[in-house]
Amino acid sequence: MERSLALIALFAALIAALGLIPSFTLAFGVPVTAQTLGVMLCGTVLGAKRGTMAVLLFLVLVAIGLPFLAGGRGGLGVFAGPTVGFLVGWPVAAFVTGLIVERWRGANLAVVATVASIIGGIIILYAFGIVGMSVILERTLLEAAGLVTAFIPGDVIKAVLAGLLTAALFKARPASVLSRSSSDG
Amino acid sequence: MLCLTSPVETPAHRWRPGIKFALLCAATFVLLAIDSLVFQVAAFFACLLLFALPGRTFFLAGMRALKPLWPFVVILIVWHGITQDMADGLAIVLRLMTAVGLATLVTMTTRLSDMMDFVRWALQPLARFGLQTRLVELGIALVIRFTPALAAQGRQLAQSWRARARQKPRWRLILPLTVAAIDDAEQVAQALRARGGLMPHNSGVPTPARTE
Repeated sequence: MERSLALIALFAALIAALGLIPSFTLAFGVPVTAQTLGVMLCGTVLGAKRGTMAVLLFLVLVAIGLPFLAGGRGGLGVFAGPTVGFLVGWPVAAFVTGLIVERWRGANLAVVATVASIIGGIIILYAFGIVGMSVILERTLLEAAGLVTAFIPGDVIKAVLAGLLTAALFKARPASVLSRSSSDG
Repeated sequence: MLCLTSPVETPAHRWRPGIKFALLCAATFVLLAIDSLVFQVAAFFACLLLFALPGRTFFLAGMRALKPLWPFVVILIVWHGITQDMADGLAIVLRLMTAVGLATLVTMTTRLSDMMDFVRWALQPLARFGLQTRLVELGIALVIRFTPALAAQGRQLAQSWRARARQKPRWRLILPLTVAAIDDAEQVAQALRARGGLMPHNSGVPTPARTE
């Protein structure tokens, strides 16, 4: 119980800290925040249930006015903005990512975590993000999808990184990768 | 760094957060229900007036919070310029800015402690389904405590990297930072257990520390 709570809280803090690290640029000079990577890691490392709780805890803190989103954003305003769908999708993304890593045990962890991050952190997340954007900006789903496709290559790189990082973490701290350990904390 | 509440004291700082949330919900509902451009223009200027009333510092802080919206504003204006229905485009842009602005006003005029009281109140119904609200509060406190600590650790890792390499560290910091988060979590868990643990204890007597 104590361990679960501590890991959930520290991973919520990790998502926040990843938003504070300045000038995070991946390949091709595309500036992307590492926060989605944090959400993917919540799923791949903590598993479906605890990963979702970490992301929910993070969102509660953003909602009550802490500037934890990249660029120091936060507060209730971000939940009225065009990117609200992505925020709503974050816990679901963490859940799906975590569920896949928990269930699919046969293959190499890096591959499993990458595929899980692509399904949860990109396909599921963008579905929420696109619906949110189409509602707020009053576009069709296809038009809204067109507005966000530029960010998909960056997110694919993040998913691959999430896979590699999860495998590396499993080597460094095997007991703490809850999605793969039987320990219930 | 922490908290977006404005240090400029306004009368709204003293209102109960529940009332502000109710007003915000009602205002957002009305904004969504009425499509008329005239109404949206009026609502937008009313919102700007609310930002301007407490003075320059408050106004500028509010406008900073609206700044991330400008790419969307540009896209919508250009889009509707091409399709030649600018009135529709303007109504959407104004509604977006007013809705985000009003929500920002609630954030700027509500202290963290008042927000926490509100969260506690809002979580009450979930307690019936077995959610321990005390754990949520402890979780929130832990995140507020550990975010600056992890960010500082991140900056330190970046500095150590720069002392040894010419390239920027980029993603290479994330692994050590995540390991640090995990190690911190294990220590916090130990400390919580040593202080009696989190299991509900109705008797008021702390449960003895478990050694695992």
